[in-house]
Amino acid sequence: MFRYIVRHFNLLVVTLFVLSLFSFSLAYLFPGDPLVNLSGETIQSEQHREVLIEKYRFNESVVLQYTRYIGLLFEGDWGLSKSSGLPLYDEIMHSLPASIELATYALLLSLIIGIPLGFLAGLKHHKATDYSLLAISVMGYSVPVFWMALLMILVFSLQLGWLPLSGRISLLFDVPHTSGFILLDIMLSDIKNKETAIVNALQHMVMPVLSITIVTSAIILRLTRRSVIEVMPKGFIQAAYTRGLSDYQVFMRHGMRNSLLPIIPLLAMQSTTLFTNAMIVEVIYSWPGIGDWLIQAIYQRDFPAIRAGMLAVSALVVLLTVSIDLFAKLIDPTRDKSAHVTI
Amino acid sequence: MTINSYWHQVIKRTITLVVCAAFLSACQDIAKSSELGTGVIYCSEASPSSFNPQLDTSGTTSDATAHQLYDRLLDFDPETGTIVPGLASSWLISSDGLSYTFQLRKRVAFHQTDYFTPSRFFNADDVMFSINRWRVAEHPYHQVSGGNYPYFTSLGLNDIIKDVKRINGYRVVIELNRPDSSFLANLATDFAVVLSAEYAYQLQQLDIKQRLDKFPVGTGPFKFVSFRKDRFIRYKRHQDYWKHENAPENLIYDITQTSSLRLAKLMTGECDAIAFPAQSEISMIQQRPDLRLDDKPGLNVGFWAFNTSKPPFDNPEVRKALAMSIDKNTLLEAVYFGSAVAAKGILPPSSWAYQDDLSDTNYNPVRAKKLLEENDIPAGFTMNIWAMPVERAYNPNARKMAGLIQNYLKQVDIDANIVSYEWGTFRQRLKQGLHDSVLIGWSADNGDPDNFYRPLLTCSAIESGTNRAMWCSPEYDEYINKALRISDVEGRSEYYHMANKLLKDQMPLFPLAHANRYQAYRTELKGVTINPFGGIRFGDVEKR
Repeated sequence: MFRYIVRHFNLLVVTLFVLSLFSFSLAYLFPGDPLVNLSGETIQSEQHREVLIEKYRFNESVVLQYTRYIGLLFEGDWGLSKSSGLPLYDEIMHSLPASIELATYALLLSLIIGIPLGFLAGLKHHKATDYSLLAISVMGYSVPVFWMALLMILVFSLQLGWLPLSGRISLLFDVPHTSGFILLDIMLSDIKNKETAIVNALQHMVMPVLSITIVTSAIILRLTRRSVIEVMPKGFIQAAYTRGLSDYQVFMRHGMRNSLLPIIPLLAMQSTTLFTNAMIVEVIYSWPGIGDWLIQAIYQRDFPAIRAGMLAVSALVVLLTVSIDLFAKLIDPTRDKSAHVTI
Repeated sequence: MTINSYWHQVIKRTITLVVCAAFLSACQDIAKSSELGTGVIYCSEASPSSFNPQLDTSGTTSDATAHQLYDRLLDFDPETGTIVPGLASSWLISSDGLSYTFQLRKRVAFHQTDYFTPSRFFNADDVMFSINRWRVAEHPYHQVSGGNYPYFTSLGLNDIIKDVKRINGYRVVIELNRPDSSFLANLATDFAVVLSAEYAYQLQQLDIKQRLDKFPVGTGPFKFVSFRKDRFIRYKRHQDYWKHENAPENLIYDITQTSSLRLAKLMTGECDAIAFPAQSEISMIQQRPDLRLDDKPGLNVGFWAFNTSKPPFDNPEVRKALAMSIDKNTLLEAVYFGSAVAAKGILPPSSWAYQDDLSDTNYNPVRAKKLLEENDIPAGFTMNIWAMPVERAYNPNARKMAGLIQNYLKQVDIDANIVSYEWGTFRQRLKQGLHDSVLIGWSADNGDPDNFYRPLLTCSAIESGTNRAMWCSPEYDEYINKALRISDVEGRSEYYHMANKLLKDQMPLFPLAHANRYQAYRTELKGVTINPFGGIRFGDVEKR
């Protein structure tokens, strides 16, 4: 077990190292002055340049420059955004929670929808229920997220006028930024009419969350269904039946636990897809998260922002994948490492 | 229809109830949520570059600040265009036209904000400070925030004003070096705002002078709360506004760069009014019963300017040849969708100095090609066309227009590259003269013809960055200066007609169109008027 943890930790460190190296080299790979790409400051005078050279150790070897870069990253000095002139670290810490919030709600909802339906389909294998659920999930799985999002805007916002189509909350509510999670922020804030603010935030959330949920729950449904189909014919289930337990008892006591265990690592792999989908959806719904922010940065050729945003997002994804994988191993040490993915 | 909408209502209620039940216990007042909109949301097209319109001539900046945060000594009546009292309750002009005396309004309060608490009312010191800041190069605030006052320098106002004198706390005299028939109009423009001298003094003591333009204080109907670039600007009602007390509680600028998204937000009610609806969307807005669209012929001109400081564009024949190779009418159809009139000169038809008999440049690619050959422009010559990245009334889609022009130029064997940057960068580089040619335009700040002729093409406007052609002609400057010294309309028009002839001959820029101005808003919003003389005003707007 210890070896397993060390190995994972190793993987994490090496990947993060490569990522940071890559993000550092982006400063050189992007067009323009590497010093500007790193700092995001427009160099106004020779004196200013000197200060920046000193700060980023640009008069020394590339290796030292890199170590300095890492040092600054840990200090929270990620440079400035070229377009807004604000510190990138603050900007990212402002937008990242919004993305995490969106992805979390979508994941929760997908689990609530996907797992029970997956059980149902798996238990009714080769029956009409199974086939129809499978058909629906194929549709949900194959519809592109951005298309679904646009379609929902067209129907629910523009045609029916039920739901707002952009942002997290009406700008009339001035919710101060504390945790970055809008619902939590509303609770913590001392604004008047909190209830209406929450309802308003929920209304804004419905469509973005739903458009991600459709894809993710289809994936979860199929994962669960496959797992149930594999577990149910096994010996210990049959043994339980011979002991005289009812269908319900067999499933609740033996089937569910054992079919859920193998899914957890597979969910970890889906978390990247989930996050990517969230970033796409953000752009469409102008959700002020990291995806929307990165796209803006790309439009405006804000190289420092692209560099820092890429690093933050990829580091988060790596961290998430490795830790879920580790968590799966912890709760099920017998799992063989060649976990197969069949959706 | 009614049955349908009844079911919509039912389903909507059910959904909201389910959502509420799932997440909340205290959800009884759900129906009231729509009534809680205690403010106006305006979807604007870009972030302002500063919160002080003295520093910038861009329409985005004056839309966001000029009439919301500030007042001027004088104002334009948006309906008639006449000059009406603002912070000056009355004024007197001496018989030689050289001295202007302003009686100032009493008991006008400045904004009280988190960062400033005024201890006194508006008085003559504030007027002196606001004018001297851009007028006097040695003023402690002159160099702050770049030290560039494009509107005033392009009009040469710093040379025209001889002195600003304080007679007493509520009386100011401005003395001029020479008579200027457009002086009062200039004081009523978006840019001639009045800042707080007391606030400036406080900042100076703390040595944080640049905050003056980032955390603004004025006397206007709204005060500044917060700003996040490319996201929003938040304003709150100024409780002690001198004019009235019915300004909306909150005013929010939701910065939405895509015009289709602005329209979508207007349809769902997320915006109460939007900036610059695209010409292609006009008919859609007109069809919807919950939206309103006002239009007015605009005081603007869209043009294609050549950088005359760069060869071969320094040759008037080349410029004429390029102008000749473009079919203006197609551009009008494709880009403005017929909501504009072709521009023959730089002055729109609604101006009193408009020259009706001015002839237009005709589309003639064969002659253009010949002219280019005669002037040693080889086939396959490469040039760039800078297309501005934002929509403006005078040019709703510069990139599309650039594409069309590119095709026309191909027919005369010129390869054109289209260049575009983010709006701030774009203007900065334009000012440096890095372009070959640019598609841009001008919206008037007041109804005076001098407001077109001077900032667009005089020599001093190169310095201030509004002369996109980098064109300097002493002859032209003389016409424009002479016109200002005459106060009768006939005499002035004569000089402007002479300038028109010169422009036709030299073609520093090719005028394309005068576009109509549109304002789209929801029917709940009352009191919206199009201000042909500058930025949008929300002080008198009411939401029902």
